[in-house]
Amino acid sequence: MNWPHKDLIAIQDLKPEEIGHILDMASSFKEISKRDIKKVPTLRGKTVVLLFYEASTRTRLSFEIAAKRLSADTTALSASGSSFSKGETIMDAAYNVMAMSPDCIVIRYPYAGIPKKMADLLPCSVINAGDGYNEHPTQALLDMYSMKERFGTLKGLNVAIVGDIMHSRVARSNVYGLKKMGASISLVAPKTLLPPRVETWGAQVLTEFDPVIPHADVIMMLRVQKERLHDRFFPDEREYSFFYGLSKRRVDMMKKDAVIMHPGPMNRGVEITCDAAESARSIILDQVENGVAIRMTLLYLSMGGTSNVD
Amino acid sequence: MWIKGGTILDPVSGMTQVGDIHIKEGIIAGIYPGGKKGKAGDVIDAKGLWVLPGLIDMHVHLRDPGYEYKEDIISGCMAAAAGGVTTVACMPNTYPVNDNPSVTKYIVEKAARHTAVRVLPVGALTKELKGTDIAEMGLMKEAGIVAVSDDGKSVENTSLMRRAIEYAATFGLPVISHCQDRYLGEGGVMNEGDLSSRLGLGGIPAASEDIIVSRDVLIAGYTKLPIHITHVSTRTSLDIIRKAKDAGISVTCDVTPHHLLLTEERVRGYDTNAKMYPPLRTEEDRLALIGGLKDGTIDCIATDHAPHVKDEKDLDFDLAPFGIIGLQTLLPGIMEVHKESGIEFIELLKRVTANPARILGIDGGMLCPGARADITLFDPGARWIFTEECVLSKSKNSPFFGRKFQGRVVRTIAGGRSIYQA
Repeated sequence: MNWPHKDLIAIQDLKPEEIGHILDMASSFKEISKRDIKKVPTLRGKTVVLLFYEASTRTRLSFEIAAKRLSADTTALSASGSSFSKGETIMDAAYNVMAMSPDCIVIRYPYAGIPKKMADLLPCSVINAGDGYNEHPTQALLDMYSMKERFGTLKGLNVAIVGDIMHSRVARSNVYGLKKMGASISLVAPKTLLPPRVETWGAQVLTEFDPVIPHADVIMMLRVQKERLHDRFFPDEREYSFFYGLSKRRVDMMKKDAVIMHPGPMNRGVEITCDAAESARSIILDQVENGVAIRMTLLYLSMGGTSNVD
Repeated sequence: MWIKGGTILDPVSGMTQVGDIHIKEGIIAGIYPGGKKGKAGDVIDAKGLWVLPGLIDMHVHLRDPGYEYKEDIISGCMAAAAGGVTTVACMPNTYPVNDNPSVTKYIVEKAARHTAVRVLPVGALTKELKGTDIAEMGLMKEAGIVAVSDDGKSVENTSLMRRAIEYAATFGLPVISHCQDRYLGEGGVMNEGDLSSRLGLGGIPAASEDIIVSRDVLIAGYTKLPIHITHVSTRTSLDIIRKAKDAGISVTCDVTPHHLLLTEERVRGYDTNAKMYPPLRTEEDRLALIGGLKDGTIDCIATDHAPHVKDEKDLDFDLAPFGIIGLQTLLPGIMEVHKESGIEFIELLKRVTANPARILGIDGGMLCPGARADITLFDPGARWIFTEECVLSKSKNSPFFGRKFQGRVVRTIAGGRSIYQA
């Protein structure tokens, strides 16, 4: 397949066959990470700049490792150590980075829309590593990869996404992607954490967790951000975890081969108990492993790769 | 001075006729339907043009004093003149706030020195726009304000709002209310709905406007005093105002051209020139607003001209300031509404001339002998594209760049003097 995109900004921009292509390619990239010498020369001489204007452990590390395994040179910049803390605007920072001729910019940003703006204005590739509560496309791709790896296909899969849907870019990207790939989605949250007009998203929307559990093949728990508590979206953690937390009782209600996912970082004891996180159903660490393969694939595709990898 | 051969449109008498206008000493000395033989002095050939009363824009931010880097009285009035606007009511959210007669005097005097556009300051309703103490409305009126408003926010304290309305009425000052529940739309940057959810942007629900519109209308009804609701943007707010009018409550309102021409769809792509308060709403709201112009619920069209410079606007959608400029696209925008809706042009013209004059209690907005010679010549057939180069404001923040308009201001006359020519 001839890859038509310079950038990856949103799952909304991808066709189902393009998502399929990424997921297929990722398998061959995953194999590289299992080798003794985990490095191929594919992107030698390419420069990848990681601009992370928001805290991140997994995503940043994952991109960096992915780039390095493909032999690209990487530089990472975070908000606190950059001129951002001196008041430089993000687009000024972007033009300055561009002046140093990177081949790809990976950007994580606290507000929606900036990766798209960069992609429109800069000649290099731009990969969105999460913007505000808009999209987090690589997370959705690694999630879909992990589901496909487990179930063989995404078509007809029942996926329940539970928690703070309103402020979640992970939920948005997953809904867009899973819908394109033929999965059925249930969104579960108190009404205060459901986005306005969520009923138009083409997913089943519920405020009760228990009824979806016996039907779900995948239960994806979303992190509850502590600051939401201060904003009075729910009364306290105890009540939240009683109604929306994945507990042992709920794990026991799951289908035989159903799995538990979480994009991380987890708040143990809030949206997920230790039993659930560590149960045999959890594929949370598979998600992290697959993240590297997905990001290798996207770096490769964005920077002009079209042929198959060996 | 003579203006000869143009089609004279007077929204007060309803006159739509080719004729000549004679101007003497800043006043319209005579109007001659069908034309008058012979000419003396200056003659402006207005053949093929529409001759309109100079427009009155009752909601403008001139940013002077304090934010002269965005706009000042001189540049703002140049933009007004280029838009055919000869009277502007300028909002008090300057620095310092226009909440005392010294600031009012500064504005009035600077305008008198530098521009023939009539600049009418709107004073603050509460001191420093803080919503806690009533501003010196009486002294400001002495210094030249024509209305009071805390534009940019609503007075949260309902009791204070009631007193402010009563106190303003003591001095015959209209109260202009910006309706926004502070908490309901908190953190929002665009209309709340399907699209805000999809774009990952914080929403401002229509209800945050509707709630305060209902409150203010109820206060007006209870106190039997007038209130003017500015920049109505939702279907429900309009319904509330319509019902209030039917019930005999003295409420008037205005709408901006951008809410008549654009919807929240314009936010796709995160263009910060589509970020303003109130936010662009849905197509349903837009059509309701056009309906409100049709049935007369909406009294005025006002721009909410809000200059912000490029480096302020060129930020993330979440962080960029609210507001767009509008003076130079007002009349072409009205033309577009006219063509889309079929509402008579002269009916729409009333909303930027006679009606705001009536609400503000000022003269102007009409063409008749004895009236002030504020006149706009408009070429109704001219097709043009609005670009950044056209802008005379110091700030170039408009969602209409690149838009094809029909109808263009070719000359503006204020106080009998030509102040703009295309």
